[in-house]
Formats: sequence, C-alpha cells, structure tokens
Amino acid sequence: MTDIAIIGAGVVGCSIARELSKYDLKTVLIEKESDVGEGASKANSAIIHAGYDAKPGTLKAKFNVLGNPMYDAISSELDVIFKRVGSLVIALDDDEMQTLHKLYYQGIANGVPDMEIIGGKKVLKMEPNLSKDIKGALYAPTAGIICPMELTVALAENAVDNGVELMPDSKVTDIKRLDSGYRIFMGEKYVDTKYVINCAGLYSDEINNMVAPPQFKIIPRRGQYNIFDKNYGDFVKTVIFPCPSKLGKGILVSPTIHGNLLIGPDAEDLEDKNATNTTLNGLNTIRHGADRSAANIPYKNIITNFAGLRPKPDTDDFVIGESKFAKGFINVAGIESPGLTSAPAIAVYVVGILKDINGGLIEKEDYIPRRRKRIRFEELDDSEKDALIKKDPRFAKVICRCETVTEGEIIDVIRRNVGARTLDGVKKRARPGSGRCQGGFCSPRVIEILARELKCDISDIKKGNHNSYVLIKEDAFPVRAAALGREQCPDQVKSRGSSNMEDGNTQSGSAKGVGL
Amino acid sequence: MISYDIVVIGGGPAGLAAAVEAGKCGGVSVLVIERDRELGGILQQCIHNGFGLHIFKEELTGPEYAERFIKELNELNIEYKLNTMVIDITSDKVITAVNPKDGLIKIKAKAVVLAMGCRERTRGALNIPGMRPAGIFTAGTSQRFVNMEGYMVGKNIVILGSGDVGLIMARRLTLEGAKVQLVAEVLPYPGGLTRNIVQCLEDYDIPLLLSHTVVEICGKERVEGVVIAKVDENRKPVLGTEKYYPCDTLLLSVGLIPENELSQKAGIMLDPVTGGAVVNESMETSIEGIFACGNVLHVHDLVDYVTEESKNAGRNAVKYVKSEISRGGPKMIAKAKKGVRYIVPQVIRLDNIDKAAVLSMRVDNIYKDSKLVVKIGDKTIKEIKKRYLRPGEMERITINKGALSEASDSVISVEVSEVV
Ligand SMILES: Cc1cc2nc3c(=O)[nH]c(=O)nc-3n(C[C@H](O)[C@H](O)[C@H](O)COP(=O)(O)OP(=O)(O)OC[C@H]3O[C@@H](n4cnc5c(N)ncnc54)[C@H](O)[C@@H]3O)c2cc1C
Ligand SMILES: Cc1cc2nc3c(=O)[nH]c(=O)nc-3n(C[C@H](O)[C@H](O)[C@H](O)COP(=O)(O)OP(=O)(O)OC[C@H]3O[C@@H](n4cnc5c(N)ncnc54)[C@H](O)[C@@H]3O)c2cc1C
Repeated sequence: MTDIAIIGAGVVGCSIARELSKYDLKTVLIEKESDVGEGASKANSAIIHAGYDAKPGTLKAKFNVLGNPMYDAISSELDVIFKRVGSLVIALDDDEMQTLHKLYYQGIANGVPDMEIIGGKKVLKMEPNLSKDIKGALYAPTAGIICPMELTVALAENAVDNGVELMPDSKVTDIKRLDSGYRIFMGEKYVDTKYVINCAGLYSDEINNMVAPPQFKIIPRRGQYNIFDKNYGDFVKTVIFPCPSKLGKGILVSPTIHGNLLIGPDAEDLEDKNATNTTLNGLNTIRHGADRSAANIPYKNIITNFAGLRPKPDTDDFVIGESKFAKGFINVAGIESPGLTSAPAIAVYVVGILKDINGGLIEKEDYIPRRRKRIRFEELDDSEKDALIKKDPRFAKVICRCETVTEGEIIDVIRRNVGARTLDGVKKRARPGSGRCQGGFCSPRVIEILARELKCDISDIKKGNHNSYVLIKEDAFPVRAAALGREQCPDQVKSRGSSNMEDGNTQSGSAKGVGL
Repeated sequence: MISYDIVVIGGGPAGLAAAVEAGKCGGVSVLVIERDRELGGILQQCIHNGFGLHIFKEELTGPEYAERFIKELNELNIEYKLNTMVIDITSDKVITAVNPKDGLIKIKAKAVVLAMGCRERTRGALNIPGMRPAGIFTAGTSQRFVNMEGYMVGKNIVILGSGDVGLIMARRLTLEGAKVQLVAEVLPYPGGLTRNIVQCLEDYDIPLLLSHTVVEICGKERVEGVVIAKVDENRKPVLGTEKYYPCDTLLLSVGLIPENELSQKAGIMLDPVTGGAVVNESMETSIEGIFACGNVLHVHDLVDYVTEESKNAGRNAVKYVKSEISRGGPKMIAKAKKGVRYIVPQVIRLDNIDKAAVLSMRVDNIYKDSKLVVKIGDKTIKEIKKRYLRPGEMERITINKGALSEASDSVISVEVSEVV
C-alpha cells in the first residue's frame, strides 16, 4: 500500500509530488498520457501573474500572490529559465483607465507589490510597438514568463529523483473505497493507497465523482494562440494585457522565455474535453484582440498555432480541500488560470492538509532540492562550448538548426529521470522542433536518436501519446521489394550508383545500395 | 584561428559548383563546410532523374549529378569538412563552426560563399487550424524518410501545395503502394514544373484541385482526415464548400524559404521578395567579399541553373581574393516591373561584365502567348516571346554587354507584356 496517490501529472500534480518528496512517504504520480504535462500545463500563456486579477478573498488571489515570489527559488533549484519581465494592462479610453484603478486597488488588497499606474507616453516609451491610442497602463514588475513545459518536467524529474514513482500511460478508470484508503483502478492495473490527491485537471470532476457525489463541474474553456519567429521576440518586452472583461484577462501580446512572440488566448466554452484543435474563428479572434493592443504585428512570421483547455470550475474558484464525503481524498480541482502561478503555493498548502489529516509528516534527510543542471549549448560562450565538445563530441553535432540543439543535449533529456520517450517529449525538454522549421529538419534525426537510445526501430517512435506513430510500421514498399528481388522498377528511378553513399555513413539499412 | 582564402558554407550543388570553379581558377585555398554527413545537399534525397539536362545534356538522378561535382572537387584536392555546422559568420568574415572532431573552430576567410540552400514552409507558417497529430510532413522531410531512411510516412495521403517536391513525392509514394488521394493548391495555377504535373500526377490519375486549401486538420494522435475548401480570388476559404477527406497523412509542398539566418547575423541586406541576399553581377552581397548562390539566394527549380549561378559566385570570389573586382564604374539597378516578381542580380556593375549578364526572374501569374520585355529606361532593348510564362518556372534572360554599355539610363527593367 502506498501512502499517497496523486492523479494527474500536470504542473499542479507535479508540484505536489515534489513537495511531498521532501517527506518520508511512498508517493505515486499517476498520469493517463505517455508524458507529464500533457494537459493545460503545456498549452497556456506561460505567465507568472503578479496577482491583481482575482477577487480579494478567493483562493485564486491567495495562491497567486503566494506562488509568484516562490518562482525565484524554483527556477534556480530546478534550472528552469524564468524572467520577471513585468506586465502592463493597457487602457485605451477613460472607461478603461477606471478599470485600471480598480485593478490597482484589487492588487493592493491581494498584496501585490510594486504596482504603478503609468501614463500613455511612458508606456509607449517602454513599448513603442503598442497602439498609439494608449491612455495609460497598470505596470506590475513582478509578473514573469517561464516555460511551463520545462517547469512541469523539471518538477516531475526532481520528485522522481527524490523517490516518487511516476506511472505514465495509466488512466484512472475507477476508484473503490477500502477499509482504510482507496483502490485506484487503471484498467486492469490498480494501486492501493491511504490518501488520494485529485489533480486531474479537466477530468477532476469525473475523478471526484468516482468516490463522492458531484459537487462541481469542470467546463473546458478553450484558448488559442499564435507563436511568431524569434526574429520578433523583442516586439514587446513586457507582457501586454488589454483591460480585462467578463471572459477573463483578454488577449495578450507577450515575449516567450525562449525569445518568440506569443499572442492569445481567446475564451470559448465547449463540451468536448478533447477539443484542443485551433479554429479559423479562434485564430481570427486573437488576431483582432492583439491588433487592438499593438500595431503592425508581424503576421507573416507566424511559426505555429496551438490551443489549450482551461479546466474551468462552475464554482468560479479553485476547489481545494479534503472531500466532505470521502476521508483522505483531497480535491485540487478546477485549477484554471492563474494555476501555473499558484501551483507551488497550492502544493505547500495541500501538504499542510495532509499533515493535518495524518497527524504530521516526517521530513526526509536526504531530500535533494536541486535538479541536475541541463546543458544549453546555445547559451554557452565559445570557450565553454569548446570545452564541452572536447569532453563529449556529441555536443558538436547540431541536430536542430533553428534552436541550435545538439545531440548531446537530446541524449541527456532522454536519459534523465522522467526522460523523453517521444518526439514531443524531446521537444518539450530540449526544444528541437520548436523553431521556425517546426521539425522539418531535425525530426528524422531526433527519431533516429530516440530509436537508438530506446533500443527500438524508428517506426516504433511516436510523436506524442498512444497511437501517434510518426512512420508506418509494416513494410509497405513494393518498389523496394521489387528492387531487392532484382526486378526492374516501374519508375524511371535509376540506381543511386554513388560511391559517396556507401562509405560508412550511418544510413539505416534498407534504402541503401538497392537501386533506390 | 585557421585561415583560408575562400570558405564555402554548404556542400550542396551550389557550394560544390562554387568551390570547384574557384579551384579551377587556381591560386587560392578553398574550404567547403557541410553540416550533413555527406556532400551533395538536397540532391542526395532526389533519387528521381531529370537533373542535368541543360548542363550535361543527359538525365541524371540527384545523387549522380552531385557525384560529378564531388569527383571534381576531389580531383582538385579541395578541402571539405563534413558533419560541421556553421553557427556564426561576422561581417569581417570570421566563421564559427562546430564538429565532433575539431570542437569549436574559428576560421578567418578572405572571401565567403554562402550556399546554405533553403528550408520548407510548414503547416505552422500557413497557420492551418486544427489538431496537431502525427502524420503531417513537409514534402522534403517525407522524401528524406522514404528515400534515405527507407520508411513510409503514410498509406492514405493528401498533399497540400503543388510545389515540385510534393509532385515528385506524389509519384514516389504512389509507386511505394500508398494511395495519394489528391493534391490541393490554393492558387489558380500549379506551383511546380509542367513536366512534373504531367509525369507525377496525370500519369497516375492523381487529381489536382486548384484554388483549394486545407482549412482543418483532424485527428488527436495520428491524422484522421483533413477538411478542404475552395478559395476565392483573395485566397480566402469559401463558406459552404468544405469537404472532409479521410486520410492518415498530410504532406505539405507549400514553398521554400532561403535559409538566411547566418546571413542576417553577418548583417547582410536581404531582398524582401526573394528572401535571399541582394547581390550584384558578381553574386556579391551587401558585404564586400561575401557571395551568395543557389537556393540561399533565391529558390531555383532546376539544379542546372544553380550550378551556373554558383560558378559565377566561385569565380568572383577568386577575383575578390586577387583584388580583381572593379568597385567604381557605371552601375545599373535591375527593377522587376509589371508581372515580374523579382530579378536577381539586383545590381549590375558594367566593368565586371565579361560578355553578358544573366538576369534570373519569376513572374507573378500564368501568362499565355506573351512577351518578356527588357527595357533600359524607357527604351526596349530586348523582347522574348513566350508561349507560357509560369510562376513555377524561373526565367533567365541574357543581356549582352554591348546593350548595357550603350545605355543612357541606370535602370534596367523587365516586364510582362501580353500579346493579343
Ligand atoms: C489557455 C490557457 C491559458 C493559461 N494561462 C495561464 C497563465 O498565463 N498563467 C497561469 O498561472 N496559469 C495559466 N493557465 C492555467 C494553467 O495552465 C493551469 O491552471 C494549470 O496548467 C493546471 O494544471 P493542472 O495540473 O491542474 O492541470 P493539467 O495540466 O491539465 O493536468 C491534469 C493532468 O491530469 C491527467 N489526467 C486527467 N484525467 C486522468 C485520469 N483519469 N487518469 C490519470 N490522469 C488523468 C491529465 O492527462 C493531465 O496531465 C492557463 C490555462 C489555459 C488553458
Ligand atoms: C526537396 C527538394 C527537391 C528538389 N527536387 C529537384 C528536382 O527534382 N529537380 C531539380 O532540378 N531540382 C530540384 N530541386 C532543386 C535543386 O535541388 C536545388 O535547387 C538545389 O539542390 C539547390 O542547391 P543548393 O546547393 O543551393 O542547396 P542545397 O542542396 O539545399 O544545399 C545546401 C547545403 O548547405 C548545407 N548547409 C546549410 N546550412 C549550413 C550550415 N549552417 N553549416 C554547414 N552547412 C550548411 C546543407 O546541409 C546542404 O547540404 C529540389 C529542391 C528541394 C529542396
């Protein structure tokens, strides 16, 4: 029997897992997808909010303001890049200026430090690409940007380094009460546990309903985005929000931590919890929204679009606490924005709840707060690069030309705890495929490295979850088969006849020297 | 730091031709730097034939075409480094590169030839909405998987874009047993060469839907289908024309983009239309002594023309090293006018023209029974009758030195004139 089972390895589940790994406990982290951070935690605005948005007195306000300052330590301990670039909520008319003042006082009530309302001229001096109609802005210097994917992976990795067991590809299908504790079923498999922590994001209502009567409902609220080429990463330097409306914080224009430009999200309530597709309408909406804030957004330089689903609770606030109906079953549900910001504070709070229920927890002596540093080749100076290559020549093999990611870095993220198993997994951790060519150049090479490291065939490599195989598995090559049988191919295709190809290049077998 | 007279970045057909030509001129040290494991560039994955018709008067496959130049390179004892990625170039021609053997290397060059080729436009750049499953490939990437790695990318395929690589892959994948349902093209005319439309689509009964585009990609894990709609004159999807096509793979052949990130680091001026450097008659960029040729300069459809252009770049790099390029003298600006999208080179310095200058260009639409009219100032100096002008086929016009030296105006322009 394990002590604690966490359901859902998003940023919330992983934060809690890491926090729990400080104590002498047996903890499992159960995740239905093949990797951690595949839900809301991978498709969001990536902002560590200052904390003026939420109504005073709500859990959202409380954990936002508590969570934000924790990110300095987290980013240094886990070696995740984080920058306090500050945010501006801009006002385009007098009504909006009034809203800014309301926000300002809301921020004060919530305990947000260092906010300032600044005039239009000053705003344009800070951000010359913004709309010339700007009247003023609420400036919050403590807002920051982070890579939520890397953060989630790093939290999980550090938790596993400290003894947490991660169970990927394990969808919780049912939960039964035991005399003391619960039996969690994942199809045929099950785990018995004393306590359950429900961090299942969009599905946290369904998980709750497995042991308790429905108390809340989660509505998927979709938000869509565009990302732009790195050449435009300094289009804005701070996170730019319009004045908030009923539907939320509105469409932002922001730099990303990796130096791209990001616009989005819209807000659209749906029924389908799988609808992470972008739509023509949605992409048009964010364009119009962004155009209101900034002039001349470089739309020709979009490199990709994506959508995320906010797990919106019908209670309008985070649902955090032990269920009234199920002892030892703790909901951490409906963690919509500012969930990323709040996650570390929520984790500390949840561990507090467990301490109460359990009558205390014993701290471990050998807890390691630091994650082994990741090597980021592109950021090294010339002499560091040279030294690294002398130590391991695989750092001289640039696999991703857009983000300058080397083979050494890719192997590292595969071999770590909570290592990458898929193309998306490698992309999440080391960024090949996130650049302007979107994997056109590197994906064949990354697949090759994955297959070598995982000791499988390249046709076994998936893009992401479950059945997302990149290549076709069975041999579907009549022409090659014909050529192997020394028959004439029907195409005018001729023999490669090139000596250049034969000399020891690491071509994967079949296409080589068979007249194709 | 090591030094060479000429460093060629990229070992594709452009880099090879430039290096070989420089080697033939003699008296200079030349180094070719290639990031891949072999020389030849994109040709190594083009196993179909149809290369070299203009230069060798025979039909070669891509690797065969490359092999001729690799052989010459070796005979001339020109040095090259494989598995070596150039990561930086400065305006004073210091090149930073990495490879597993030498680590991080700095090379000082007297002249640099940029020959980095191009990359493919992606689904992201088109901003196609929908899911993001496995099974979406650019045509060139699928070509690499099929031809070099020996793996199939899918069984039931839709192709978006009628660029040449997509057309070639339509045939290739059909021959390998896949079902290629159709090729959709957003423009009202095909993007690729006519010979490829005939030989790769028509011969295999693969329909080409002009003025159509993919408006949604479906499937959570692997592609399950795409929605295709008709587009209006402004390339906007027409509501109500959407049709769902089940498939497991979407190939994109929607354009190539010259790979000029390094050039930008060096501060080279780019032409917004070609996406490549602005060059003069010697293929020299806005930085003296840095030359550009091949797909990094502007996207070519025929490798033969890449070779010719690159020889010119190689020859002039040698001249530069030997201080034989004339800097002053009369200068002309090439202007693309009605119907012509761009002209390369953009600047012509008459003193550096031996016998004639070659202008390369592309038109902006399909024109039937029309003329390309070359003017200096208002004066027409040349007219070339064309039964067809197509955006997919690069046009080249040779202008004799005589016509240029007599000129009384400094603007040379080319336009399309529709003959009725
Ligand atoms: C569009 C958008 C923009 C946002 N912007 C910001 C922002 O800028 N700043 C900010 O602070 N917050 C932001 N958020 C909110 C933030 O992303 C979320 O609050 C946070 O990611 C929630 O984390 P989570 O771990 O609760 O949920 P998730 O990341 O969704 O994780 C839940 C996990 O549970 C797993 N799971 C579900 N069901 C089961 C099951 N039956 N068995 C096993 N596993 C299961 C899922 O696969 C998933 O991995 C944004 C959210 C969205 C969608
Ligand atoms: C997929 C594809 C298919 C084609 N099919 C045909 C065809 O059927 N018939 C035809 O006539 N033409 C075809 N073409 C066109 C023709 O092949 C190209 O015009 C020609 O290959 C361009 O030559 P290049 O040397 O400019 O570029 P490439 O062949 O792309 O060579 C560029 C080289 O530079 C290297 N490089 C780039 N950056 C760096 C760096 N930073 N450091 C070191 N090395 C670097 C690359 O690895 C590559 O080897 C095709 C083009 C493509 C893209």
